[in-house]
Amino acid sequence: MTDAALPRLAMRRKSRVSRGVGHAGWGRTIGAGVVSLIYFFPVLWIVLTAFKSHSDALAVPPKWLFTPTLENFVQVFNRAYSADGVAVDTKFDLFFFNSIFIAGTSVALALIIGTLAAFGFSRYPLKGNQTYLFIILTTRMLPAIVVIIPILIMFRVTGLAGTYVGIIMLYTAFNLPFTIWMMKSFFDELSPDVEDAARLDGSSDTKVFFKICMPQVYAGIAATAVFGLILTWNEYLFALLLTGVQTRTVPVAMAQTIGGDIGVRWGLLAAIETLFLIPVILVTFFLQNHLLRGVTFGTVKR
Amino acid sequence: MTTDTVPVSGGLPRLLELRADNWPLAIILAVVISIAAIALLPPEISFWVALAACILAAGSAVYNAWGRYKGGLLVAPAIALLFIMNIFPLMWSLGLSFFSYRANRARAPVFVGLDNYADILTDPVVWERLQTTAVLVVLTVTVQMVVGFLLAFLFAKQFPLRRYLLILVLTPMMLSYVAVGAFFRYYYEPTFGLLSQFVRLFTGEPYILLQSTEGAMAGIVFADAWMWSPFVMLLVLAGLVSVPKYLYEAAAIDRASFWRKFTSITFPYIRGLLMLALLFRTIEAFKLFDIVFLLTEGGPGTSTETVSLYLFRQAIQFNKTSDSTTISYILLFTVIVLTNLYLYFVNRRARETQS
Repeated sequence: MTDAALPRLAMRRKSRVSRGVGHAGWGRTIGAGVVSLIYFFPVLWIVLTAFKSHSDALAVPPKWLFTPTLENFVQVFNRAYSADGVAVDTKFDLFFFNSIFIAGTSVALALIIGTLAAFGFSRYPLKGNQTYLFIILTTRMLPAIVVIIPILIMFRVTGLAGTYVGIIMLYTAFNLPFTIWMMKSFFDELSPDVEDAARLDGSSDTKVFFKICMPQVYAGIAATAVFGLILTWNEYLFALLLTGVQTRTVPVAMAQTIGGDIGVRWGLLAAIETLFLIPVILVTFFLQNHLLRGVTFGTVKR
Repeated sequence: MTTDTVPVSGGLPRLLELRADNWPLAIILAVVISIAAIALLPPEISFWVALAACILAAGSAVYNAWGRYKGGLLVAPAIALLFIMNIFPLMWSLGLSFFSYRANRARAPVFVGLDNYADILTDPVVWERLQTTAVLVVLTVTVQMVVGFLLAFLFAKQFPLRRYLLILVLTPMMLSYVAVGAFFRYYYEPTFGLLSQFVRLFTGEPYILLQSTEGAMAGIVFADAWMWSPFVMLLVLAGLVSVPKYLYEAAAIDRASFWRKFTSITFPYIRGLLMLALLFRTIEAFKLFDIVFLLTEGGPGTSTETVSLYLFRQAIQFNKTSDSTTISYILLFTVIVLTNLYLYFVNRRARETQS
């Protein structure tokens, strides 16, 4: 059987009724454009501030026209900048590396464990399947602070606090419920007929999983991975309490910049934020079709 | 291997039967052993005992699934990890909530029964924090629903460049709370913040938003609603684009009014999703922490301190470990009820869209 032709077959189950509220012309584009720009303004202004010099960032009244400068970005990566003549090591290259490394590893682990589990929940329902899934979702819905008190003590006792292993383990568990629900929603959508046909032809369960099911959910896996990356990338409370000086992630370091141990340098902060936001905004663009499913943990598909 | 593996027997295994795969018994034993260990042994040792007990319970659950279901093998790693990182800590903190214990003292925990719960439930401070949380939840969710609803109607029709403009509106939802907190810290800044400067155009004086309780509340609600209105929009939009066109065409032939079209055609299609958006946002708003922590730190005074922030303070800054686990169980209970309700509506909607 050809692997390429099969996925297409399974996906074509949607009705042909035309849906939606209709079309509008360029008039609507202008109206929606104005609203979107106003809505996007807080982000835009921060990005602009990142290119302003220190005095321009604090200008009264706000400067709309200014000479763009890269000094803030240089300071993020140059490690040292002087405020009132004192050189302070910002270490943001380390924090960015930490954020990428920790998010990447934990999402990869969560994907491997979670995809298998999602396939299990979808194809071989356990007794009490719904209960398991409910508990899994609940662990994600919980306020982080509820879990963190015992975890904090647990990490101190085992010496995991402040290490990469500890925070990666925690983030893997943090991503797992999301990965399972999300991947289950993708597996549930596949038509079982193709799999049954393959089984009749003598394929083993392993082969069915790798040759039939996986190729159909590659897009789903990519979307899940990216959502997991964003969630982990943005996470603050766990990172605040469980990372040490060497494993600190960007959100924690950013919040400390506001807290003011190096004085609030709004231009620099805006530059850090801009660097921090660029991947997220890019990804939002590519994920648009999966956004709904992603933000509701796979519970709402369309 | 055959694919039709059927569970051996219906119903739960008998509770008191001493078998390796009797996981309900194993969990009960684990809880009892953990509580006994916390009560009798010093914390450094009781931790390992409790951990071992829970690993055994998890092992039993996995063993139970392994023998009888193929799916057991697939879900075992996930369940094991969740057990270690989520269920076990939760069980442990449930145990701690019956003790008097402070993490920064060497003194072993003392069993106090339900005293912690009695204290917390009669503590006016806790009720005040719950009230603050409730006010914030109601305000921010209401604003999000209204703004999200309006945005969805703006974007419901197809028009040129829609896809790109949508990105601009959807971005805030994907941002980090820390980034959003930092944004609004900058905008609410008294001297050069945009808000203060805007107000100064009219009054001539700098405006310090976060100085008063109402201002701080408004500031938090505005930031949170800005961030999460797109979420509501996304769900409502999903409902709007799923309405079959022929219904509108039929309504046009009948010369139905705009209002009639909305109540009879559009609304039934978005009702389920609106409910989901409402519940989801309520759950999330209920644990409002990061943005309050970064914007006002609960101030001025404690007037914007949410229950999550209060919990954080009690647990991390004042080391009142067992008191805070007690509050966290009250939170946990609320979230479980809301999640259950959410899943009920998810399933109901799934049935409706299928038929």
